[in-house]
Amino acid sequence: MKSNTTPVTGKASGSAFRARIRFALTALIVIAVYYWSIQGIRFEGIQGTAGTVSKSILQGFLHPDWSFVYIPEGEDLLRGLLDTLVISILGTVVAAVVCIPFAFWASTNMSRRLAVSGSGKIALSVIRVFPEIIVAILFIKAVGPGSFAGVLALGIHSVGMLGKLYSETIENIDRGPQEALIASGANRLQVLRYAVLPQVIPQFLSYSLYRFEINIRSATTLGLVGAGGIGTPLIFALQVRNWNRVGIILLGIIALVVLTDLVSGWLRKRIT
Amino acid sequence: MKTTVSPASLNPAASGMEPPRKYKQIAGWIILVAVIVACSVRTEATPYQLIVGLPQMGSLLQEMFPPDWSYLPTIWGPMMETLQIAILGTTLGALLAVPVALLCASNLGVSRWVSLPTRMVLNLVRTIPDLLFAAIFVAVFGIGPFAGMLALVFFSFGIIAKLTFEAIEAIDPGPLEAMTAVGANRLQIIMYGVVPQALPYFMSYLLYTFEVNVRAAAVLGLVGAGGIGLLLDRSLGLFRYDRAAIIILLTLAIVLVIDYGSTMIRRKLL
Repeated sequence: MKSNTTPVTGKASGSAFRARIRFALTALIVIAVYYWSIQGIRFEGIQGTAGTVSKSILQGFLHPDWSFVYIPEGEDLLRGLLDTLVISILGTVVAAVVCIPFAFWASTNMSRRLAVSGSGKIALSVIRVFPEIIVAILFIKAVGPGSFAGVLALGIHSVGMLGKLYSETIENIDRGPQEALIASGANRLQVLRYAVLPQVIPQFLSYSLYRFEINIRSATTLGLVGAGGIGTPLIFALQVRNWNRVGIILLGIIALVVLTDLVSGWLRKRIT
Repeated sequence: MKTTVSPASLNPAASGMEPPRKYKQIAGWIILVAVIVACSVRTEATPYQLIVGLPQMGSLLQEMFPPDWSYLPTIWGPMMETLQIAILGTTLGALLAVPVALLCASNLGVSRWVSLPTRMVLNLVRTIPDLLFAAIFVAVFGIGPFAGMLALVFFSFGIIAKLTFEAIEAIDPGPLEAMTAVGANRLQIIMYGVVPQALPYFMSYLLYTFEVNVRAAAVLGLVGAGGIGLLLDRSLGLFRYDRAAIIILLTLAIVLVIDYGSTMIRRKLL
């Protein structure tokens, strides 16, 4: 690394030279990428109203609209949060069930041919790359705006990640019980029921809870495009610049996320 | 692993602790089913609705094909803007995350009075979704990519700081102790003891967050924060599903390429 060390052989100095060239090239590429990016995002200067807007946002967050927490009739914070919670629970359940066949399809130790598990892995990564908001927009067109579209969006989007985690679990199971059952003449279904499932179910549940924690965060924003939950009153409050209401909704979201993280973490510890 | 002595435990094949665990498991599954039923009542979500909606979904997909390829030159610019938002947002977020991660790590001799509150702030930042940050910044800085970039700065800051401080806590304490023993100051310990061990993890998390951010940046435009999302919103609003299809396809292609490249680099790093 140091330039004053005398090279022992010509080969060593050659590789050091090559390493330096490679470092210079990498640095050049990185600098070019950043130059290109900064060119693209021109800072158009802060708007003239930014000061007053920031002040009213801060005011709103310091004086949240507590009256919005519970309104006997119609849309309020608690109902919005409950809807968000319900959407993410149902979405996670849908995904946890739908991804099981995908997981077995994508595990290398469940099929003899590599092409089968390979195609399964590709299918899962194609599902994973669709952002859930886009999935939500498509489902809104199909089943109309509302919680159901949100459930379907989370359900489909989560299959990508859960299927991958599930299939990795299946790939890591202990082969002993499986081989013992096959040796004693069990059929495929029996092997699945008595050797595979008991080993993977606790891990499946744990991953599903983890995905639930992610989904509750996504569910808070699904309403921004009309897929139900707390996001709907939030986008209305943002559009009319009702910062006191935005403040209380943000507080509600933070409380909901922290609480569900605690419960889900506790459950995960008990399961595994 | 406490087991009450029951007749079953005398039979090794039945494994003594089976009965109490079984009841708890069954109770757990019953509660789960009850929760699911309650949830589907609340959202009025039934499989029936899905079956009714499926034909609509089919006609939507039909309208999407063939995609409007002539729209590609128009969306190339905003797509690149999306990438630029993601690159700058991730980088600035990562730079902000470094000092905070050092403050949070419990093995660098930072007082608990500093590290615990910092961690709490970090947890709060991570509860706020990226689109929410974007919506707020659009209100302050106006519609445009700058608001989107700022949203991603905060979003990636939360992720990278958390992952990095956990990586710092897991490093080998040997070099740190040796350097303390020979009288290195805190800055030297961080430079020569912590950075060499934690840097590969930090870079790997940065790339991972970049992957997440490209996806996030693609939808930021829905709330007016720049990038390709704005055009997607407009195409959907005008019922030009063939244009929406080409936008989605291009997003998928870019995301796949970036995921592949980033995974290759991360594999080399670790």
